[in-house]
Formats: sequence, structure tokens, C-alpha cells
Amino acid sequence: MLKWISIEALALVISLTINGQSHSFTNAPTVSEMLTHLELAARRIAVERNGEIIPRSQFDTTTLNADDHVEIVVAVGGG
Amino acid sequence: MTHQPLLIAGKPYGSRLLVGTGKYVDFEQTRLAIEASGAEIVTVAIRRTNIGQELGQPNLLDFISPSRYTLLPNTAGCYSAEDAVRTLRLARELLDGHKLVKLEVLGDPKTLFPNMVETIIAAKTLVADGFDVMVYCSDDPIIAKQLEELGCVAVMPLASLIGSGMGILNPWNLSIIIDNARVPVIVDAGVGTASDAAIAMELGCAGVLMNTAIAQAQHPALMASAMKKAVEAGREAFLAGRMPKKPYQASPSSPASGLIS
Repeated sequence: MLKWISIEALALVISLTINGQSHSFTNAPTVSEMLTHLELAARRIAVERNGEIIPRSQFDTTTLNADDHVEIVVAVGGG
Repeated sequence: MTHQPLLIAGKPYGSRLLVGTGKYVDFEQTRLAIEASGAEIVTVAIRRTNIGQELGQPNLLDFISPSRYTLLPNTAGCYSAEDAVRTLRLARELLDGHKLVKLEVLGDPKTLFPNMVETIIAAKTLVADGFDVMVYCSDDPIIAKQLEELGCVAVMPLASLIGSGMGILNPWNLSIIIDNARVPVIVDAGVGTASDAAIAMELGCAGVLMNTAIAQAQHPALMASAMKKAVEAGREAFLAGRMPKKPYQASPSSPASGLIS
């Protein structure tokens, strides 16, 4: 019988697909937390989740869910 | 005849040369070439960011400032209307609600010829969604007119294949498109050197959009300067109205009388 569970074991590890690659997070992050984790917080980027754009104004309040497909894009050279 | 600015979606631009930002060695070379071109409208592409490799890496927009240039996000690499619309909605978010976009939907990876069926579907969706759509298209006068009628703010027929540098291959089709158009006609793709740009402008194009001709020149900034002058020269020649061609009929420029004998 299980008598003791560590706090760490209660934390939920979720997986997100970001730009086609799988990334694991401890607990569901907000968009801002995800960007900070990926060291992209200060970049000029745009974010889409499951085909829907997430406005920058909602980065702090939008929580990502397990198995979300996230796209993060930048402007690059092109003609 | 006075110089008029290029009007796109109601906004005036002093330069009729539009340039891309691809294929340069680095962002500094990009910046120098674009400055030398005098262009005010500058195209950019939208791509996935490199996760884990971006930290400390320079960003194109640090060199090509959105406050100085009118950025024209494109849909290069999109092969369906759905992908093109999705890309431009992301671009609008990226550029803080910016509406002016370049739509291109490709149909074939070898020739990069546009898929005009998908392009028209995407154009309708984007116009309904409030975008100002400048559209890359084939040099078919009927298609060009349809794109104008569905609300595109500029039609941009190819002069020859993207990145080919083959120049103006069908001036007659371009002339028909220009004669019928009520929106700016901008040659997009195929220009290889300054004379090509001048020819496009002499035909009556409202502007020329190019990337490879500048970026792949041995000296991009110098070619950018040449293109700026060619577009201006071609425009002035168009406004001036060229003399008629008179095949096999020489006409001396000096007086025929008063010759010493």
C-alpha cells in the first residue's frame, strides 16, 4: 500500500509537438512559459496552436494542453 | 509629364523597385543591398524558428527594420491555398496586424510556376479577411483581370521563372495585362540585370519586384544601385513616350542642307 508520494511524482509531465518535434514539460505551460523555456521569449515570433493563432496579448493567459501541435514562426530572408 | 508615386492600396511609395531579402550571404549584405536599391517595400518569408539554435542569433528584422521599410510577407514555398492563407495570418500576427501581403501559391517545385487555381482560392479568402493582397501570377491576361476584380491591390505577373534571370520573355502578354489593368502591374520574377528592369518599366509596369538578380550578383549593393537607376530610367522613358520605330528608314539628326562642298 502506497503511503507516501513525492510532490515531484504528482507533477504532470506533458508532451507538446513544437515545430514538428516533441518537447516535454512539467505541468502544462502557458505560451509565455513555453517561450521562456525555449529561450524565445524576447524574439519577434508568432505562435499557432492546433491551427489557431494565439495573439501575443494572450501568451500569459493561454495554457497549452497535452498533445497540442504548436508552430512558432519568424520572418526570414525571402523574395 | 510629372512623376507620380506608386499607389498600392491607397498608400504612396516613392520607389517603384521592390526587393526581396533571400539568398544573401548574411544580414549585413542584405541591409547594404536594400539600402542601395532605394526600395521601400521589402519582401520577407515566414518560417519555423530553429528551436535551441536561435539564442544570440541575429534576426532579419534587426537589420531590416519594420519601422523603416514596408515589409511584404510572402507565401513562398506554399503549394495550397490553405497553407498560403495560414502563413499570411501568422505573418499578420508577427507584424502587428500588418495587412499588405504577397500571395504566391506554387504549382511545381522545378519551375516554381504558380498554381493559379489555388492562388485564386487563397486570394478570395484573404481579401474577405481584410488583407491587401499583391498577387504573384502567370502572365495570363484573363487571370490577371480576374485577380484584380476579386479585390487584389496589385497583380504581379512573372517575366520569366523565379530565380532564372531570363528576363522579359513575353512583353506582349505583359502589355495586354497593363493595358487592361486598373491596379498596379508589377513584374515579379525573372529579371536578371538592369536592362530587364528598364524594359519592364518601359512597357508601362508600375514597378518591378526582384530578389535573385541583386542577391546573386557578384556585387549585390552595386547591382541594387543599378536596378534603382534602371527602374527610374525605364519609368521616365515610358512617361516620355518613345519615338516610333521606323524599320529601314534612316533619318539624319543633322541638317541635310548647308553641307560644305
